[in-house]
Amino acid sequence: MGEKKTIGRQIAEAFGWLGADLKDIGTTFAQGDFRTRISYLIMGFGQILRGQFVRGIAMLASQGLLLYFIFGFGMQYLKDITTLGTSGRGFNPDGTVSYGDNSFFILLYSLLTIFAIAALILLWRINLYHNRDAQRLLAAGKKLPSNRQDLHSLLDHNFDKTLLALPCLGIFVFTVLPIIFMICVAFTNYDYNHQPPSQLFTWVGLENFKNLFSMGGDGYGSTFFTVLGWTLIWSFFATFLNYFLGMAVAILINQKGIKFKKLWRTILVMTIAVPQFVSLLYVGKMFAADGLVNSYLIKWGFITRAIPFWTNPLYARILIIVINLWVGIPYIMLIATGLLMNIPEDLYESAKIDGANPFQMFFSITLPYMLFVTGPFLLTQFIGNLNNFNVIYLLTQGKPQSMSLKGGAGYTDLLVTWLYKMTVNDTDYKTAAVIGIMVFVVTAVISLIVYNVLPSVKDEEGFQ
Amino acid sequence: MTKKKRIGLTISYIVLILISIIWLFPFFCLVLQSFRSYQTEFGGMVNYLVPKQFSLDSYKFLFTEGSQFTRWYANTFVIACVVSVLQTVVVICVSYALSRMRFAGRKLLMNIWLVLGMFPGFLTMICLYFLLKQMGLTQDGAVPGLILIYVASSGMGYYVCKGYFDTMPKALDEAARIDGASRFQILYQMIIPLSKPIIIYTMLVSFMAPWCDFVFASYVAFGKSDSYNVAVALQRWVWTNDYQGYFTRFCAGGILVAVPVTLLFMFLQKYYVEGVTGGAVKG
Repeated sequence: MGEKKTIGRQIAEAFGWLGADLKDIGTTFAQGDFRTRISYLIMGFGQILRGQFVRGIAMLASQGLLLYFIFGFGMQYLKDITTLGTSGRGFNPDGTVSYGDNSFFILLYSLLTIFAIAALILLWRINLYHNRDAQRLLAAGKKLPSNRQDLHSLLDHNFDKTLLALPCLGIFVFTVLPIIFMICVAFTNYDYNHQPPSQLFTWVGLENFKNLFSMGGDGYGSTFFTVLGWTLIWSFFATFLNYFLGMAVAILINQKGIKFKKLWRTILVMTIAVPQFVSLLYVGKMFAADGLVNSYLIKWGFITRAIPFWTNPLYARILIIVINLWVGIPYIMLIATGLLMNIPEDLYESAKIDGANPFQMFFSITLPYMLFVTGPFLLTQFIGNLNNFNVIYLLTQGKPQSMSLKGGAGYTDLLVTWLYKMTVNDTDYKTAAVIGIMVFVVTAVISLIVYNVLPSVKDEEGFQ
Repeated sequence: MTKKKRIGLTISYIVLILISIIWLFPFFCLVLQSFRSYQTEFGGMVNYLVPKQFSLDSYKFLFTEGSQFTRWYANTFVIACVVSVLQTVVVICVSYALSRMRFAGRKLLMNIWLVLGMFPGFLTMICLYFLLKQMGLTQDGAVPGLILIYVASSGMGYYVCKGYFDTMPKALDEAARIDGASRFQILYQMIIPLSKPIIIYTMLVSFMAPWCDFVFASYVAFGKSDSYNVAVALQRWVWTNDYQGYFTRFCAGGILVAVPVTLLFMFLQKYYVEGVTGGAVKG
């Protein structure tokens, strides 16, 4: 790979490849025998006639199924894709129920149909390759791979296809399709006022994006930037405070002369082992207005009125970051412990002889090494924290809320928790979809920047 | 020098003891409050820590007819076990293909999955709900529905396992192939027996995840309390029924969930550490 190609060149290459491919389809037909030519219409025909039953029947069956799906099922939805349905559920003049269209299924099944068409084209092309290659092999006087060999290859040099088929199908149905669906929803008016089957939704272009960024009136602009700002601040502190303090704890336990190393580590690891919904819900309640912390502070006379830990925006934000230390330090400690042992001991010995104190040794040996080795990990941690739903939602559910924040957002809401509330509480799917896309944009931008800055991320094998 | 060292060590011990207290205190409180007597002191939030009267009221309540706690526990346990096995199989398949085999579109596939991973998981919640509903796997069918969702996307979590496979020398594969072993035999007879730590790690992590999931679980169960898992149910106890005295019951339920999971984790801690450390270094 190496140097980057310009986009212009990439496009030119793509067209060049497409041209060559079309030409190949043409020459295959021109030079093909009748088996190959009929395979242009009936997939697998040539393979079956040449005795490659496994391939042939697989091709024929997929063609049949896909065509049946596209014309028997998909087309009725795909034809409405431009309007997403015209009449919702209602009553006919004679009083019977008219079922009408359902925008949700029109959109979903249209996408599925488009994918089915793409799959059909791809299979058709592979089918042509099969025929072309079989013909060439026969012309050269060689034998075609037998059915047995074909089947066996699925466990051998085509084993990757066997292994990846089901996982890819699962990811397609439950990740790819829903994500594309939701990206489409971002361009519709699907919300509480437009819930199919009674109220249909339709395309509205960039309306929702404008609404999210517009500052005045009904726009979510100021709320969005407040939430985004806090999301970034939170991620920054949650990642780096945990990282440095976790490393400090690891160094503390790793010191020579400290006994019961395993015990200390095990105590810390408790927070990883106990399911978060138990520990975080409980800790959240400890700091409630009527919780243990406030009760004892009042009882012992330190304060007279409960400290509003969860109702004051600033307190709530600070407390969340602190409690997240409780959650996150053990994790970093575990990782750092393993890595610290990898640093060659003689580095420290020679530094000691040169008269370095522990702090100098930390900043000139330990830290650079750790940063280099865990650079990519910090990136994943940062992105994980951008989407750290559990800690925020179990502790505050994004509260405290305020009149100055729209869309049910609160001062400790991250973009993801806001998205969740939009979906579940407000059923404002269109805005939720736009926020989801924004999360993607933020994640992608940060990843790209870090990727270009960090030397160790670039190379898959570089930091071994 | 030795005196300085001793002071240093003493300070370290004090810090460590402080840390231990902070880390264990919430669990200590949780245990204490779960033993508070429901009869005499009610089950809500109170302003003292040590119960005036210890009793097993809250625990008894969990096993009465009125609470569906055993049902929720069974749901979660079934989900966790099935997901643990299936997800591990999927992850091993994907990791092996991506680590040991070179095929057209390998880089492309990894890049597409990387980009997909940048979308927040909750974005697709409504769509997943309707997909499951079409298959009849919501509400009454929430348990198989959740299993399906967890397992279906698990292929994308291959990083740690692939990282582990990458460290095994390729020469092993080549030697086996010269001896006439197929790719399937290599995976089944060579790689898997050598990968015990990473298999245990994957199973452990995927076993623990369903215990904590309350977002998808509550959305898919959609008010059908028979289909809740423990996280959904206990979270509802804390938030909606706080004033009806469910707080100590939450504590008791939390303990019953946390103890087996924690013990399992502690027992397999070695493998977990190996997995996360390896994953962190590989990125």
